[in-house]
Amino acid sequence: MCTLEKRGDLFLLTLTGDGEHRFHPDTIATILSLLDQAKSQSKRGSVLITTGHGKFFSNGFDLAWAQTAGSKTGAANRLHQMVESFKPVVAALLDLPMPTIAALNGHAAAAGLILALSHDYVFMRKDRGVLYMSEVDIGLSMPEYFSALVRAKIGTSAARRELLLSGKKIRGEEAVGLGIVDAAGYDSAESVVEATVRLGEKLAAKKWSGEVYASIRKSLYPELCGILGVEARVFATPKL
Amino acid sequence: MCSLEKRGRLFILKLTGDGEHRLNPTLLDSIRSTINKIRSDQSSSQSVLITTSDGKFFSNGYDLALAETNPSLSVLMDVKLRSLVADLISLPMPTIAAVTGHASAAGCILAMSHDYVLMRSDRGFLYMSELNIELKVPAWFMAVIRAKIGSPAARRDVMLTAAKVTAEKGVEMGIVDSAYGSAAETVEAAVRLGEEIVMRGGDGHVYGKMRETLFREVLVHTIGFDETGSSGVRNTGSKL
Repeated sequence: MCTLEKRGDLFLLTLTGDGEHRFHPDTIATILSLLDQAKSQSKRGSVLITTGHGKFFSNGFDLAWAQTAGSKTGAANRLHQMVESFKPVVAALLDLPMPTIAALNGHAAAAGLILALSHDYVFMRKDRGVLYMSEVDIGLSMPEYFSALVRAKIGTSAARRELLLSGKKIRGEEAVGLGIVDAAGYDSAESVVEATVRLGEKLAAKKWSGEVYASIRKSLYPELCGILGVEARVFATPKL
Repeated sequence: MCSLEKRGRLFILKLTGDGEHRLNPTLLDSIRSTINKIRSDQSSSQSVLITTSDGKFFSNGYDLALAETNPSLSVLMDVKLRSLVADLISLPMPTIAAVTGHASAAGCILAMSHDYVLMRSDRGFLYMSELNIELKVPAWFMAVIRAKIGSPAARRDVMLTAAKVTAEKGVEMGIVDSAYGSAAETVEAAVRLGEEIVMRGGDGHVYGKMRETLFREVLVHTIGFDETGSSGVRNTGSKL
């Protein structure tokens, strides 16, 4: 379901297989453990790139699994379980001691879009794939940390409205215009990944201290860190 | 260290000499006492402050060499700069930074603490260097960054790539108001802008109070503005 490879300085996290890469508690646990692995192997110049195979980056939580609980309460509990267990994934990405880049091979919806937005840079395709916060359409309430992440990463009220309230399926060019993604000029999954690898190599060449990088990143998003219980850590040799 | 010139209704504060204008305790005291002089001037509520500098640097930040010889001085410099920024935020007159040289780290924060940032485009950059030199970023710096840079992507670029932001890039990113071909042109433009502002009239005391409410979060982080909204900043004799 999910693999971690090393390519020089770059860690490549891939959501594998041709499905929707829905987040089930097992997938979430795997992603968390792979992020932990990347963290423990990190050194100066490490960079993480996250991507997927097929038509989907990720279509969000495994709602079908929630439904098979057999009752409304059971389904609600399962959904709640997924929402809660996904928080550490966002926290782990906020805390990761290296730059992070999401290379969207395809659609990113709901929790799948949240995964993408939890990265420092987001690249997507021009020709295929949409961003879609489906909650308003399917009548799901928005977890607090989802909204906090959107507020942290997306600056204009118009963009936040388009993303959260309009139920719109946002394509690459519009996503760039709204400031939701950094770039979308790519006509294939391969070229998105290539572009992120190029950016990754540029960032890796800086040989930044991962601890310092993560500390500054967290200080950019104090509200989100507060909600996730992510502490800003004082690093080992503070100057000034 | 720091000179003060009165040109009509304009106060021009200049960081003098060809050095880096490092914000050591002496320079900070000198700037602060100049600001006090300006504040207590008779015409202050119908004036404008322009801050500029001689030489290649606006300010290259805190005096790190000094901090290394005596770590308690780094706390002192931080405390003094916080007070100075709080003073600038409560100043009963509009403020213009005519950035005619490099502004790094604390020096960049000082420039951004002005209402208008005019900058030369032929040389020099704004540079939050901390990621590159592994310097801790005080939480109050981040409050200024959040207050003065609106776009999440621009904040990320400034803090997480340690971008050397030229005037033109600064205008694009919404950090710099306007760019000019040379140092002299930048100062001239600041003077013109200052004169336009003076012509509009208006009560500087009201302006200062408005600015305090706009940058309340920064005041909370610098001087612990209290929850009732009353400031720890001295009474400016406001009619409000």
